[in-house]
Amino acid sequence: MTEYAISTKNLSVAYSDKPVIWKLDIGVETGSRTAIVGPNGAGKSTLIKAIMKLVKPVSGESAVLGSTHKSALKEVAYVPQKGEVNWDFPATVFDVVLMGRYVHKGLFKRPNKKDKKIALDALETMKMSQFKDRQISELSGGQRQRVFLARAIAHDANIYIMDEPLQGIDITTEKLIIDTMKKLQAEGKTFLVVHHNLNTVPDYFNRVIILNKEIIAAGPVEDVWTEDNINAAYYEKSDESWIS
Amino acid sequence: MIEVFAVLLVTALATSLLGVFLVLKGQAMTTDAISHTILLGIVLAFFITADLRSPLLIIGAAVIGLITVYLIELVTSSGMMKQDAAVGIVFTALFAGAVILVSRYADDVHLDIDVVLMGQVLFAPLNRVDILGVSLPYALVQLTVILIINILFILMFYKELKVTSFDPVYAAAAGISTTLIYYLLMTLVSVTAVTAFDAVGSILVISFFVTPAITAYLVTKRLSHMIWLTLLTAAFNSLAGCTFGYFTDISISGSVASVSLLTFLAVFFCNKNGWIRKTLKSRRMLRKI
Repeated sequence: MTEYAISTKNLSVAYSDKPVIWKLDIGVETGSRTAIVGPNGAGKSTLIKAIMKLVKPVSGESAVLGSTHKSALKEVAYVPQKGEVNWDFPATVFDVVLMGRYVHKGLFKRPNKKDKKIALDALETMKMSQFKDRQISELSGGQRQRVFLARAIAHDANIYIMDEPLQGIDITTEKLIIDTMKKLQAEGKTFLVVHHNLNTVPDYFNRVIILNKEIIAAGPVEDVWTEDNINAAYYEKSDESWIS
Repeated sequence: MIEVFAVLLVTALATSLLGVFLVLKGQAMTTDAISHTILLGIVLAFFITADLRSPLLIIGAAVIGLITVYLIELVTSSGMMKQDAAVGIVFTALFAGAVILVSRYADDVHLDIDVVLMGQVLFAPLNRVDILGVSLPYALVQLTVILIINILFILMFYKELKVTSFDPVYAAAAGISTTLIYYLLMTLVSVTAVTAFDAVGSILVISFFVTPAITAYLVTKRLSHMIWLTLLTAAFNSLAGCTFGYFTDISISGSVASVSLLTFLAVFFCNKNGWIRKTLKSRRMLRKI
């Protein structure tokens, strides 16, 4: 049996009295590029927030590399949605990427030369070296996403969880992100990505989780990426009797 | 005069240093709340010790400061109102409680609401203490200690403060306790505020917390630069305000707070991406089309 990079068991999350995700059993295979797709309000972001232990589930649990403990999350580089941070913050591109190294630094320890080198290399990978001293408020949407991904690369994790990394970016950046993802996957890294463009799913990912509060289908793209499954998630009103 | 200025300067540095992170976290109004609600902590602690110089007063203030922050978080996280409304409710309720207690039970002691609000930094040198045989204003000694603690705090938790202010979600995911850092910061804010407002009054304390940091925020690109410029601005405001107040014989606290506003406005209008330049640019552009 494959050991899962990320797994959930009976995971449910609710905001006050409204369930957002319901009894999810998920296994994200190590070394896969897994997409999470589903309509608005399907609970995609909530699912990854629950995996990152940023929201508390009402039932069930999630595990990273088999461990439900919080410390296992150090193996995960999380790329939040662009809109979740204050882009007017007084920091340069390099400052933000260097934050990716903080996870490896204990209390009272500052990033050293080696950390700075790793951050510079990550910037190079995302082709952002020339902007390293630019203030982050002066970046375009695509550049901001590259900075986030560079930070995740600097983190040097085994698992990447990304929330809509391709939302509102230019085509060059999209291609760069996908190429980087494929390159890192070849090195054995795992990707779990919230994705919104249905057309590109088969090109960009090898596994997919189709979600609409519950799991509609999950597995290799060639098996589960069917019209029936997509329609079931997007167009048919799911049975909401259990919401009451 | 030199001692008055020394007290002002140390107060300005101690408060504005923390102010940098309050401004970045969008917590400027929380400072306003804390600077008022700590009065309740002082009053309650005073009822226990009956000594206005007891260290218990500072502890009481710090506890109420934390309770203020906690209550604001609690009301906000209920999802029923936004943070600004929560600040408004918690702050006024606790402050009103303090005012009632003072007016009902502590009328005869030196817990004068006017002094609390306006401060009277000119009196600070009257209250003295001997350190190694040198007679120094008590407030100066107290605030120097606080300033050192604040500097140590920023130095020790610099990267945690930076990442939790910029991207709390990522920080939490990276295993950095956003909550712990936040409450540590707010404890220091409470302790600093209570010590500072005894010397300069709560209006100037709020001004010190917010104005230098927001002035520096307008023109800096890096956090370290913002911190240095904040301290420089705070020092300049104290010096200019103190001098102006002294020679025109007006309230020194009021004078410093006003000068702080003028400094902010000057930077706001005149910096290279400031209001004047932006307006001129957009006019020029509009004329072209």
